[in-house]
Amino acid sequence: MDTNVPLGNERGGRVETVAYDNNIVRMFAIASLVFGVVGFLVGIIVAIKLYIPGFLGGIDFLSYGRLRPLHTNAVIFAFAGNAIFLGVYYSLQRLCKTRMFSDTLSKIHFWGWQLIIVSAAITLPLGITTSKEYAELEWPIDLAITLVWVVFGWNMIGTILRRKEKHMYVAIWFYLATFLTVALLHVVNSLSLPVHLLKSYSMYAGVQDALVQWWYGHNAVAFFLTTPFLGIMYYFIPKAAERPVFSYRLSIIHFWALIFLYIWAGPHHLLYTALPDWAQSLGVVFSFMLIAPSWGGMVNGLLTLRGAWDKVRTDPVLKFMVVGVTAYGMSTFEGPMMSLKNINALTHYTDYIIAHVHLGALLWNGGLTFAMLYYIFPRIYRTKLYSISMANWHFWLMTLGVLIYVIPLYWGGITQSLMWKQFLPDGTLQYPNFLETVTQLIPMYVMRSIGGTLYLLGACVGIWNLYKTARSGKLLANEEVQVVNRMAEKSHEPKEGWHRLLEGTPVRFSLLIFVAVLIGGVVEFVPTALVESNIPTIASVKPYTPLELEGRDIYVREGCYTCHSQMIRPFRSETERYGEYSKVGEFVYDRPFQWGSKRTGPDLHRIGGKYPNAWHWKHMNEPRSTSPGSIMPGYGWMYTVDLDVSHTEGKILTMQKLGVPYPEGFAANAVADLQAQAATIAEELGNAGIKNVDPKKEIVAMIAYLQRLGTDIKKMPPTASGN
Amino acid sequence: MSVMPLLVICSILVAGGFLLAFLFATKRGQYDDLGTPAVRMLFDDVHKKTEIK
Repeated sequence: MDTNVPLGNERGGRVETVAYDNNIVRMFAIASLVFGVVGFLVGIIVAIKLYIPGFLGGIDFLSYGRLRPLHTNAVIFAFAGNAIFLGVYYSLQRLCKTRMFSDTLSKIHFWGWQLIIVSAAITLPLGITTSKEYAELEWPIDLAITLVWVVFGWNMIGTILRRKEKHMYVAIWFYLATFLTVALLHVVNSLSLPVHLLKSYSMYAGVQDALVQWWYGHNAVAFFLTTPFLGIMYYFIPKAAERPVFSYRLSIIHFWALIFLYIWAGPHHLLYTALPDWAQSLGVVFSFMLIAPSWGGMVNGLLTLRGAWDKVRTDPVLKFMVVGVTAYGMSTFEGPMMSLKNINALTHYTDYIIAHVHLGALLWNGGLTFAMLYYIFPRIYRTKLYSISMANWHFWLMTLGVLIYVIPLYWGGITQSLMWKQFLPDGTLQYPNFLETVTQLIPMYVMRSIGGTLYLLGACVGIWNLYKTARSGKLLANEEVQVVNRMAEKSHEPKEGWHRLLEGTPVRFSLLIFVAVLIGGVVEFVPTALVESNIPTIASVKPYTPLELEGRDIYVREGCYTCHSQMIRPFRSETERYGEYSKVGEFVYDRPFQWGSKRTGPDLHRIGGKYPNAWHWKHMNEPRSTSPGSIMPGYGWMYTVDLDVSHTEGKILTMQKLGVPYPEGFAANAVADLQAQAATIAEELGNAGIKNVDPKKEIVAMIAYLQRLGTDIKKMPPTASGN
Repeated sequence: MSVMPLLVICSILVAGGFLLAFLFATKRGQYDDLGTPAVRMLFDDVHKKTEIK
């Protein structure tokens, strides 16, 4: 709606001309779409690999374990990330009635972020990874992310300080919370000690690493995939519906509640694990409370459309918005429910979680992103949307695609979990072979890949529609508008000097948000890090030998954690299947921790000694030779590539710096120790009938690590448990 | 359990901090008007080429 603006007002507000930067908006839009397609495509590839393990051949850089982190990073940080910046750069300029603070910073932000994405796309398939989920990138890229993120924040806060509107609209607070919290999370979780340019070990070990990681992991969902998109919702829904937000008061209340509660919720990713119980309970309580502010946001978004529901029938922007916000409501209902220990016991490690996150990512983040694009493109290109019916096709392909994706996985997740827990009347497991519970899911895996393909098709239709829209108009790179500078009004003049310094609300809010999340985070992980009693040391748990350490690094490189957990929960169904439940003291030398979050394959914490070396030798090369019907890929390259021992000494030295008690001077003998252990394994394999094993190959280190897993505890005297 | 006192103290600090923040913001007038900001953002900007009479 257009309105006339007075040339000034009696308080001294002046009419000024400002030019919004639409070019940067366009650049982020294109980046989001391009990387979105890449992310979805890689997702479909890994989905197909779950029922055709040999899909794309046995090539190392295209294996499931390496592509899966690429998929998650591409969708979260490249597709949704660029969408966030697109939404922030478009709406912030209009809410603040000013151009972005600096065109140079905008460009550095854009190109820096794309460079990080490209480096992720190169390093992750090469197996250069920290294995911390959604934070897999190695330390030099982590540093680059920090720098680019600071540029983003600088540009954003600079813009807010130059605003010509006194009141900060609620969306801006969500953007500020995003910037500050993600900065903190990223830095704390990425702390590590480099061995060399492409390898580092986490500053935290075992349970502490797990807690920091999921404190980060959950808040990445909260402050990367939720708060910025809520800000986007609060700008674009009212604009598209031409209705004010249902309750502005509610938006303020749920904002503060959300940022305060979210930071405590991380431990719900670690229920029934070796994490101290008080931390688990804390996570449960706060996760459950989160339903209130989350639904506050959903209700506020949907009720904004009261009296305007007829527009939802015709306007593609609102259609995508409504489905997106509804999916947000569903996801944020599931989240608190799955944080309850009894439900978590059922859903954790299963495909239920995969369905849950895809409902959020594909409909909430994806739906809002496409709604935003359909809103912005006609406006910055000064034209009409090329085709409404094409947008409707996209809408239905997206919605049906997601339903065909999530429903089979919800079903499959529950099915598998119930099969894991099913006992026979005589007290033995009904499905003692894990594989039985996997083959049951194959039809669901097929359907999910079909659903994902429909979603990608929809996105392609959307991109074509947006491309044709852009072609039919002309980009208004600098949108010149006349605004009233209300910051020049008399009543705003600060009474005291320091007020001018702080420049009112943005800085204050930034500080408050920072303090709120910092306190939440510190309370949660510092006690675990500092209080020794949390980690009962088990005398028989010893550091890994150099060969095992190298094998462990291969385990990390190949992304084994994407399908295998190393955390046996204290349930009868799990101890019966896997062995003694995992103790916190067993992980004190695990950097990074490898607890995992998904059991596509069985837990591996007690795999050591369960099978002979020869079994692993056959199984790792061709899993179906020992386990018919297995969906695990073969790792043929480990049999041909020599283990790189050039950094073994450095790795031991780094571990010593981190407090791992290797004997003084051990590093110098590390390679000799490694070779001796490898020779023993090769000899054992020879005795088992596998002749001519070259002890230099990577597979030998891998076998050494697998055979060590979870065995230390068996060496301790029966009553010496520290727990 | 030795961490419980620490937790309680920190929780009280957080709650107190938020109470102060809320009071401070209210005193500064941030929440005086919860009606017009929601409406004001709906108005489209006046483009330069549109002459203002």
